[in-house]
Amino acid sequence: MNSFSLAIAVLLISSGYFFLGTRALTANRAAGARLHSLPHYYGLFAGLMAALPALALLTVLAIGDDIVFNQLALGFVPDAVKAGETYKEVIVLAQISNVVNGINFGEQPDWVYEAAEAWAGWQATSTTLKTITALALSLLGGLFAYRMLNPSFRSRNAVERILMTVLAASSAIAILTTVGIVFSVIFESLRFFALVPVSEFLFGLTWNPQFEGAERAGSGQMGLATYGSVPLFAGTLLISVVALSVSVPVGLFSAIYLSEYASPRVRAVVKPLMELLAGVPTVVYGFFAALTVAPFIRSTGMSLGLDVASESALAAGLVMGIMIIPFVSSLSDDVINAVPQALRDAAYGLGSTRSETVRQVVLPAALPGIVAAILLAVSRAVGETMIVVMAAGLAANLSLNPLDAVTTVTSQIVTILVGDQEFESAKTLSAFALALTLIVITLGLNFIALQVVKKYREQYD
Amino acid sequence: MTDPRRDMISPAVAAERVATGLAARRNREKRFQLYGRIAIGIALAFLVTLFVSIFSKGIPGFFQHYVTLEVTLDREKLDPTGDFSVQSLYDGDARGVIRAALYEATGASGRSGRKAAGKLISQGAEQRLRKAVLADPSILDTTQTMTFAVDDDVDSFLRGFIKRETPEKDRRINDKAIGYIDTLVEKGLISFKFSDYLVFGSASRNAEMAGIFGALIGSILTLAVCLVLSFPIGVATAVYLEEFAPKNRITEIIEININNLAAVPSVVFGILGLAIFIGVFGMPRSIPLIGGVVLALMTLPTIIISSRAAIRAVPPSIRDAALGVGASRVQTMLHHVVPLAMPGMLTGTIIGMAQALGETAPLLMIGMVAFIVDVPGSVTDPGTVLPVQIFMWADFAERMFILKTSAAIMVLLAFLIVMNAAAIFIRKKLERRW
Amino acid sequence: MDTQVMNIIEQTANLEHANIPDETVGDVYVDRPRMTARNVNVFYGDKKAIDNVTLDIAEKQVISFIGPSGCGKSTFLRCLNRMNDTIDICRIEGEIAMDGKNIYAPDVDVVPLRARVGMVFQKPNPFPKSIYDNVAYGPRIHGIATNRAELDDIVESSLERAGLWNEVKDRLLQPGTGLSGGQQQRLCIARTIAVSPEVILMDEPCSALDPIATARIEELIAELSSEFTIVIVTHSMQQAARVSQRTAYFHLGKLVEVGDTEMVFTKPQHEMTNNYITGRFG
Repeated sequence: MNSFSLAIAVLLISSGYFFLGTRALTANRAAGARLHSLPHYYGLFAGLMAALPALALLTVLAIGDDIVFNQLALGFVPDAVKAGETYKEVIVLAQISNVVNGINFGEQPDWVYEAAEAWAGWQATSTTLKTITALALSLLGGLFAYRMLNPSFRSRNAVERILMTVLAASSAIAILTTVGIVFSVIFESLRFFALVPVSEFLFGLTWNPQFEGAERAGSGQMGLATYGSVPLFAGTLLISVVALSVSVPVGLFSAIYLSEYASPRVRAVVKPLMELLAGVPTVVYGFFAALTVAPFIRSTGMSLGLDVASESALAAGLVMGIMIIPFVSSLSDDVINAVPQALRDAAYGLGSTRSETVRQVVLPAALPGIVAAILLAVSRAVGETMIVVMAAGLAANLSLNPLDAVTTVTSQIVTILVGDQEFESAKTLSAFALALTLIVITLGLNFIALQVVKKYREQYD
Repeated sequence: MTDPRRDMISPAVAAERVATGLAARRNREKRFQLYGRIAIGIALAFLVTLFVSIFSKGIPGFFQHYVTLEVTLDREKLDPTGDFSVQSLYDGDARGVIRAALYEATGASGRSGRKAAGKLISQGAEQRLRKAVLADPSILDTTQTMTFAVDDDVDSFLRGFIKRETPEKDRRINDKAIGYIDTLVEKGLISFKFSDYLVFGSASRNAEMAGIFGALIGSILTLAVCLVLSFPIGVATAVYLEEFAPKNRITEIIEININNLAAVPSVVFGILGLAIFIGVFGMPRSIPLIGGVVLALMTLPTIIISSRAAIRAVPPSIRDAALGVGASRVQTMLHHVVPLAMPGMLTGTIIGMAQALGETAPLLMIGMVAFIVDVPGSVTDPGTVLPVQIFMWADFAERMFILKTSAAIMVLLAFLIVMNAAAIFIRKKLERRW
Repeated sequence: MDTQVMNIIEQTANLEHANIPDETVGDVYVDRPRMTARNVNVFYGDKKAIDNVTLDIAEKQVISFIGPSGCGKSTFLRCLNRMNDTIDICRIEGEIAMDGKNIYAPDVDVVPLRARVGMVFQKPNPFPKSIYDNVAYGPRIHGIATNRAELDDIVESSLERAGLWNEVKDRLLQPGTGLSGGQQQRLCIARTIAVSPEVILMDEPCSALDPIATARIEELIAELSSEFTIVIVTHSMQQAARVSQRTAYFHLGKLVEVGDTEMVFTKPQHEMTNNYITGRFG
């Protein structure tokens, strides 16, 4: 049986125990016994004990068997192949699994067929084992629980304890995700820094990643892989600056107008329209940038006699700016509304005009919150991927001219990691090092922003 | 208190000075207000430009040109083995049958003429013919009126993107072909119809055959996995943190964690999926299952944060009432708090799902960007999703791909608008305010 | 702001059921009026908050508005310098004049009006700026001081008049929000008089203060009345009796009785006023 039908079987067994347990205790009650809890809690207890351990075991086995098989299969690889220069575990495993799945690209060496045959055997064994253990665990767990049932058994408390464990385990998923992110990024980054010195990565001015194979085959300058990330960060910075110089003034002034000037009717129309901009997927912005904005900027630039790259930082930054406008304006709106009305009244009471009130009272009071909003916007811009992948290009130019083509950290990560990778090569690993710096930067910005907001909240609470 | 020692500026003088500066202040006020209007104008102009640019290409993208032919369905040619098996139909000369009909309609003759005429029709035509025959074998050995898509270059010509005036060597359609197209147009055999390929077709390198069906199914499967995982886990986490978690260091760490996860760029979740699920667990690439898991991890913070807000909005008096009649804390939670907070939780979940539906970057990393023609039948079949399909099509230069990409974007936006409207509806109608 | 509006609206009882005579009892008119209100009606949306109020405010005198909460006294006060303009749904009928000119006339600019009719609010609301900048704010925006020395003079004399100078003269550059509640309220008074207004409106200026700080403000009001016309809304009848020369009693949006403070408190002419000051309701 496969894992899915096994899970169904386990659930059937559990519901059987549920009915048995409930009926038994209902009968007890009918016979005049005083129950501690309502009958269905007894059934639930038995059912849960039949289901949860068995399902947990199934999950572990389903994920675990491939890992074990991979290790076993590698035992079939002849030493001669392992010693070979082009040996890659991933490729070998892919070859074997292709044969197992009946996908065959040409003739494979004998040992591949042997490994595939053994693999099929393991799979059969594993399935049998899974079927037996899961069903047995379910039956026994249910039976064990069922035998514990008697009218004085505190079944509601037991069920609630189980539920509580499940809830607590759910909240641990967030931790596991973080741990997963940290581990996946840190391990590969450490491997990268074993190949490329940290100083080169942080301060090198040339970014030219190459696969080892290409490096060896290549001749002269082009073949030499260098991993200086400065051009990527400069490109990210350039695009972010363009994006913010669009989104901050537009977003901030829109927020001011909407909260201080606009009539309720205008607000009711304009606000959802602005939020519509936030709901548009980034891939759509990327398409818009690459197909509409970039050619427009290029042709405008050309007609002015400027030299504009077809994938200019300006186009990507401008569109990213549009994307961030609603983000800036809704965050600014929140902080502007958080400024107490009493301060506005004080200013109006002294005869300030609206703009004087906004500029001299509301904005200074809201300033920390606005700074935090801008920091969050920067963090968004730095982490944004699709727009730059589609519209900013891959040329790692070290330039501060927005009309040039530049590349960014995120677009390099995507380019390097999409498609087949060789996990051993410095090129693949460099993407993880980039991701590590990206995480550090965005979380750092967020942390600072949250501290600023916290301080600001305290001021008015 | 002593008497005031200094004289104030008299009200009359003050009023006079106030009056002096008034005009300038009025102007500054107007200018400031104008800045606000300009800002809103710019934002709305961007919005309009974005939508106009997508819709102006997308609406024509829902249509394409078809040619109607009288096809003689010769049994011997189509089913050489005679056993009417799929294999036999593939061995048969469907192309020849269609071409014969095409030569007939255009009057093409000679080697170069036939070559030019043959290129007018989509490569998908044979497939369509086979399907028709399989569906209704009785049409064999008769002559049927059938409609096939034209080649994308022909389509571009008919739409006017390829100009007649362009010198022959610079355009993708030669003079002969144009002559045949004119003939077909004159005979009224060319029609401009709703593109069934777009809706029911899958990934294809041929623009006229490309469609979003596979990607749409992929999106639905991925989103289903995402929902099945993230909704229960998100709600369980929110309930635990709000109602039961002890106020200690571990709880605090979990809370900080969730807030941080909400700030992590989406591409990082793709790296997580690549390194852990594909790298460590050895799961296959390109499958909706992993896509759904990665998106679930990404949307969890959104769902948790909004669910917690919804739970917090349930007034303590309701909890007190339930506890007061002897319900346990778990019963209070299950019977009262969660049902009352459910609309808020659903709203957050729908918004999270809308985010997940539009997400692209993490799915690229786990290989959902592969060129997959088959429609995925389950969550473990390789597939792609709508945004990734859009990303892939955006790379192709053919005019028709640009139109179809825009049409696909319109479909995506339609789904997103429906989801957001549902969220707003639930918030407005079902959410209770205390 | 929306919640504030809602509160005002909720407090405003439905006037239809009020069993009050149409005519105000007592001396509505005075010899030397600084401001005059004639047949003023105020609406929040559909609700009538002020019903046909006619009243003169005498020059360089303190008049207090009393009445149960929701009676419209604060609303009427806010009409006198058009602070109600900031509330979208608020609408005013009738005429309020200053120097014979209707302040609600279309060509009247609220900015100079509010410079002439200053306001002190219920809760002390200093700007999150230095003490100096708080007081200098008004003169700066209006361009009342022609140079720095003059501005310094205005700040000093305003703080002196507000009785705060000796307490803050050494820390003028520290934030105004760091002062005690009573000091903050005096700072707000100093800020208001720094623009040399003619009328000062005070909306329950002591309700957020302790008794000692309240006494200090009351003393200050007495002193300021020699230079300014003062209108004070108070929920404390004792306060009204202590600080004001005239008293106006509002009930459910109507002005029931107005007259010399002594008369109103000792020989009220209307039964409702009598009930109120003897503590039968309110």
